[in-house]
Amino acid sequence: MLDADFFRRWMNDTAAAVDREAERLTALDSPIGDADHGSNLQRGFNAVVATLKKESPETPGAVLVLAGRQLISTVGGASGPLYGTLLRRTGKALGEAEEVTEEQLTGALRTGVDAVMTLGGAAPGDKTMIDALMPAVDALGDSFAAARAAAEQGAEATTPMQARKGRASYLGERSIGHQDPGATSSALLIAALVEAAEAAEAAGE
Amino acid sequence: MDATDARNDLVGIVLVSHSAAVASSVVELAKGLAGGGPTAPVAPAGGTPDGGLGTSAELVSAAAAAVDRGAGVAILADLGSAVLTVKALLTEGDELPAGARLVDAPFVEGAVAAVVTASAGADLAAVEAAATEAYAYRKE
Repeated sequence: MLDADFFRRWMNDTAAAVDREAERLTALDSPIGDADHGSNLQRGFNAVVATLKKESPETPGAVLVLAGRQLISTVGGASGPLYGTLLRRTGKALGEAEEVTEEQLTGALRTGVDAVMTLGGAAPGDKTMIDALMPAVDALGDSFAAARAAAEQGAEATTPMQARKGRASYLGERSIGHQDPGATSSALLIAALVEAAEAAEAAGE
Repeated sequence: MDATDARNDLVGIVLVSHSAAVASSVVELAKGLAGGGPTAPVAPAGGTPDGGLGTSAELVSAAAAAVDRGAGVAILADLGSAVLTVKALLTEGDELPAGARLVDAPFVEGAVAAVVTASAGADLAAVEAAATEAYAYRKE
């Protein structure tokens, strides 16, 4: 079972991963975006860590709803409302339970990813975060490790794609050959989820 | 300070841009083109709080609260994060006034149309229709 501490850890691990990879995310965002993805997410997830510490929400759903709300209000770029909606909808779908199963998390994440697709209008293959998130959620039914691999492969698979959403889409064919920064940060989010799961497993044994 | 109509039945307008300068300039333009009389309340929500390019949910919420007279608030946004932030806030349900709506319209032309109609006392649906209709204005 996954409790609020598990979800707090997921958010903290994501913040650490974003800190670690911020320069790379911004570098990926330079040729096809506006070179702010790393710094925007860094600001957002640092704020998430601070607000989770201050307000200490007590359920998995409350952790994610609070984190999502914080991202929407602090990121300043499109990744704010997109990741904010992902986490908030996932959190709402988890409801008020104090602990949730991996199956419930998988189902809730799928609801979150659907909400992101509705908000941004992106479909798989458009060279967006959906290309990492969708395969990850599909693989999450098998295992956390499979989800991490699927997200990383999904992010890498955006390189030959032509962007059809967001600023990168204005570049048309020139967007081909660059890995999508949003898919890359989505893979970090999923990798952090797996880290949290591994830590929970290690602590339980 | 521009004259703003003190009547409390006017639709409010919020203009959300990545740039503070663009948002406030389009407010000025739209109010200027709305004619000599008092206009509907219009507020800019441009850029990030530190003056950079981007979208601030706080600035959007504050602008919407400032122009809300109870007759609805029409929000126009330029692109990308401006549009997505407004949509995400509307889904949230408690950060924007009841009756706030994202209007699908070209930013500059739609803003002028919205402010002109709102200043004439039109309701939110009519303001929205006028702003959206600005898409139909071809330039060649």
